[in-house]
Amino acid sequence: MTAALDIQQLRKVYANGVEALRGVDLTVQQGDFFGLLGPNGAGKSTLIGILSSLVNASSGNARICGFDLHKERAKAMAHIGLVPQEINFNPFETPMQIVVNQAGYYGVPRAVATARAEVLLERLNLGEKAHLMSRSLSGGMKRRLMIARALVNEPKVLILDEPTAGVDIEIRRSMWEFLSEINARGTTVILTTHYLEEAEQLCRNIAIIDHGQIIENTDVKTLIKKLDVETFILDLARPVNNPPELDGVECELTDPQTLEISLPRERTVNDIFVHLQSRDIQVLSMRNKANRLEELFMRLLNEHGHNSAERQAS
Amino acid sequence: MSQANSSHNVAKARSHTINMAQITWTGYRTIVRKEITRILRIWTQTLVPPAITMTLYFVVFGGLIGSRVGEMGGFDYMQFIVPGLVMMSVITNAYGNVSSSFFSAKFARHVEELLISPLPNWVIVAGYVTAGSFRGLAVGVVVMIVASFFTEFHIAHWPVMLGVLFLTAITFSVAGMINGIFARKFDDVAIIPTFILTPLTYLGGVFYSINLLPEFWRNVSQVNPILHMVNALRYGMLGTSDLNIGIAFAIILGFLVVLLSLCLYLMNRGVGLRS
Repeated sequence: MTAALDIQQLRKVYANGVEALRGVDLTVQQGDFFGLLGPNGAGKSTLIGILSSLVNASSGNARICGFDLHKERAKAMAHIGLVPQEINFNPFETPMQIVVNQAGYYGVPRAVATARAEVLLERLNLGEKAHLMSRSLSGGMKRRLMIARALVNEPKVLILDEPTAGVDIEIRRSMWEFLSEINARGTTVILTTHYLEEAEQLCRNIAIIDHGQIIENTDVKTLIKKLDVETFILDLARPVNNPPELDGVECELTDPQTLEISLPRERTVNDIFVHLQSRDIQVLSMRNKANRLEELFMRLLNEHGHNSAERQAS
Repeated sequence: MSQANSSHNVAKARSHTINMAQITWTGYRTIVRKEITRILRIWTQTLVPPAITMTLYFVVFGGLIGSRVGEMGGFDYMQFIVPGLVMMSVITNAYGNVSSSFFSAKFARHVEELLISPLPNWVIVAGYVTAGSFRGLAVGVVVMIVASFFTEFHIAHWPVMLGVLFLTAITFSVAGMINGIFARKFDDVAIIPTFILTPLTYLGGVFYSINLLPEFWRNVSQVNPILHMVNALRYGMLGTSDLNIGIAFAIILGFLVVLLSLCLYLMNRGVGLRS
């Protein structure tokens, strides 16, 4: 099957000399729910900019559903729907006008576009706002409007650049549900996000980009397995003066009733509880310090940053 | 290997039935409809002000001052200035519509809706230029209707009048688009109309015949393309002109070709639009 996205040696050097992408190779299969993660300035937005043809690549090539972005631009773009990070619709038009016009730019006849827009706006809980000026919409509504706009041409690949940034939990959850639904119907979804819980929950495969390079590209389960140490926070029933000494486990008291333990993969939580019990330390509750993916993400970035520094030094 | 390639191509062909002609035509109509809807929605800003301004021109220049001027080029002064005022309205409105609308789309970033679509750049240019020409010509018609309340005039050469009006509206719409492409802030949209278009229009024989000028200034005036456009329209409406009509059309067409080529070049390079 033709890959939804096939990128080879993509480079981008801006006019000011900043090298945003340093030879990115990436393949996303059709039907995938793919996460592209990375810290600010890692090159995510540049990569999405190139895929949406708003940024010109310096070298390398990208294919969308088999069509070369440079040589067959129109055909490649006909298969993409883009939800950008920042609001970019005309605030003086209604959601209905915005969605229907966007369909027109993809050759969808007006009657068909109107029917599709009605369904999409209704599904994204914007039905009642369809004929109001879009500047009057709330932040969450504006983001949902951009999703409706991106889907009206029925793209094979939907790219979302931090779609849930700044929206409340309830709306975020409903957007996750909606994105899972359209992915289940066959649309390839490529998502960038800062919420790693979101990536862990939604994505099947993940690539991590840093300093313009892909430093990890695998499925979520394999990635999580790479996490060799997991940190838990324990709320203690009674205050203790010193952290307990547990063999091979790092323990730290953040306050007399809060214990932070870093547990290696080979040790079980039961082990730890047995040891704590023997020292008469009672645990009221326990939680992860960070989302597992978040913890791994930070480790990978630190590792990569460390290696880059080493390379530069040598 | 060849089997793999062929199955790849078959898969591509099967999954992507793209009708570029439909995309192009529907996309063009969508841009035009969207822009014309905007022009009509804000009619108090687009169609009414030229009517008021031109009414004042006819009252002050045509009526009060013109009655003391007497004849100009063999016509009553009020009649003489009608083609110039129509042309002035067409130029400023066609230019202003595209430059401000395209720049606003850039400023609010909703131009990205078009840039990420499969539409070729020439369709985007054609859509904006069509809408800009619509506004220029609509305002031209409004000015003619206003003029008809002040003076009587008949159209001497319909094809010439329509030809010069359409070509001028298209030319200045393209020029407005180039301005919109280059503009980085709202001030940039006003610079060309203020410092170039307005002086050239006022010195373009709207209010006088260049035969009144000394020979030197008469020759200098002929470098001004707007003078040729005004005279071509005057020929179309009144049947008289200070200049050769054939040369006027050649100049308008020459400008149109140069500006259109530049506009498409800038769009294809992504100047001011893509990084």
